[in-house]
Amino acid sequence: MVHKILSLLLLIMLSSASFGELVIKITHGNDKPTRIAVAPIDQTGIQTGEDISRIVESDLQRSGLFETIERRNMLAFPGRAQDVYYRDWRMLGTEYLVAGQLRSVGGGRYQLEFSLLNVTAQKTELTHKVSGTITQMRDLAHLVSDKVYEEITGIRGAFSTRLAYVTAIRKNDKYTYRLNVADADGAREKLVLESGEPIMSPSWSGDGKELAYVSFETGRPAIFRQNLVTAARQQLTNFTGLNGAPSWSPDGTRMALVLSKDGNPEIYLLDLQSNKFSRLTRHFAIDTEPTWMPDGKTLLFTSDRGGTPQIYKLNIATKATERLTFTGNYNARPSLAPDGRTLAMVHRQTDTFHIASFDLKTGRMIELTETRLDESPTVAPNGAMLMYATKQGDRGVLAAVSLDAGVRYVLPSSIGDVREPAWSPFLR
Amino acid sequence: MKVTSIKSGLSALFLAALLAGCSSNPVVEEQPTSTDIEDTSVQTGQVDTSEIEDVAVETVTADTIFYFDFDKALLKPESRAALLEHSAMLQSNPRNVRLEGHADERGTREYNMALGERRAQAVKEFLVLQGVSPSLIEVISYGEERAAAYGSNDDAWGLNRRVELK
Repeated sequence: MVHKILSLLLLIMLSSASFGELVIKITHGNDKPTRIAVAPIDQTGIQTGEDISRIVESDLQRSGLFETIERRNMLAFPGRAQDVYYRDWRMLGTEYLVAGQLRSVGGGRYQLEFSLLNVTAQKTELTHKVSGTITQMRDLAHLVSDKVYEEITGIRGAFSTRLAYVTAIRKNDKYTYRLNVADADGAREKLVLESGEPIMSPSWSGDGKELAYVSFETGRPAIFRQNLVTAARQQLTNFTGLNGAPSWSPDGTRMALVLSKDGNPEIYLLDLQSNKFSRLTRHFAIDTEPTWMPDGKTLLFTSDRGGTPQIYKLNIATKATERLTFTGNYNARPSLAPDGRTLAMVHRQTDTFHIASFDLKTGRMIELTETRLDESPTVAPNGAMLMYATKQGDRGVLAAVSLDAGVRYVLPSSIGDVREPAWSPFLR
Repeated sequence: MKVTSIKSGLSALFLAALLAGCSSNPVVEEQPTSTDIEDTSVQTGQVDTSEIEDVAVETVTADTIFYFDFDKALLKPESRAALLEHSAMLQSNPRNVRLEGHADERGTREYNMALGERRAQAVKEFLVLQGVSPSLIEVISYGEERAAAYGSNDDAWGLNRRVELK
């Protein structure tokens, strides 16, 4: 047993270079992007190991709303608002400029002071200071992106969020499954769980500190919760049949999940404090994939009680259900946007599975993707983008699309198939 | 959230996850099926053929994989024929049986878990109707997680919509 642990550890250490990275490839951008220049941060000689300005550029490009000015076209690299010569930037057709300076403030901490300047109006829109240790440079960069994005678009930035996802690596007909967490830009991938048995359905707690997921490590699917900071891990279910689709309530006190122990897949609630299960659906059809409405009183779920999978609403107090989708012959895996009104889902009209957005008020269904075999949509906490899993050739990849379908990008992993993305809540 | 604490916390949970993984017993072992022939053959110098035949009957090749149409959990006629043989064997020589249900990759993962289970349940119900004791039969679904064939085409999908009898 000890030998097994040691050899596993060795394997992980040796193969750390082969851990998958998600690399962004933008396939489609906004028609009228805002032109912004991110001047290289004046690092006053500090070796940070990261190019903060490049991270900000990538963030803003990935949103699809910005076009960044190329560094080699910049005539100057101002670090402060007072060093900006607006004419240099107007000539490049720049609308906005980000400039900043990094200084050491002692105690191993560094302060980044940055400004967002409106080149057209020739004024400073905002100046902000943020500090961190040398290992937090990426976090500082993402904060710059958040502030800039929010100032210009009015929407809260989601660049400091994270993604959980599952990677399956096949070697000689044997699979290794990994549950990973990375930054929203795919960087700093960290391993949460590795197993020779399948891992599925990662779900974030509302405070962003825990993941719930399904693991087959005991020989049967079971639901676990795991704290990403303390490493504490707890098995929550151990029933015969299905144990699946965990979904944390907004207030973190309950988990909606699926069990088939009573004859067929039904939705249950687990009270995380009392460990008591209560049953919510009673129907011989498949009821699965529950997700919460923000008020914590209603669930949306997938059911084939009408013949084919469709999205239903469930009132937790009364257990009353109501069908929501009537367009298409397959609608499943509801994922609600923070506006509480737009629902992302897997949708099939004819014979291909796309991600669609559904307006709960008007009933309007819009197909968002041109990729086929799409599944597992997850919406960013600012509602601006959604990520999902799809296939490119034979490879499982993640893809992102904006909810108005104007912006798209793809994230293949450098190894294995990636699937089941889950976008974290806001973390700061 | 501090990055440094995430790093050390995650290496700790990494170990915890490894240890948790090591302590699991992922594989359900099949019951031994053979009777003990060694004793009689060594002692008497004669091979006990009747016992060998028993072993042969236990492992006869009736199909152990049953296929299904897309989004359906209905047994096909050829599956029923094979299952009749299995149910006869299971009634004369009861042993624990594991039915593993699967789905092809299309559609959502958790729904496919339910579909895989529905298919395995259909096989179980058929066996039980023939007289096999339900307590012998365990049903597990792998949804689309354990493909038998790779590729996004009808052939591969057809091979993945299956229940395996083990």
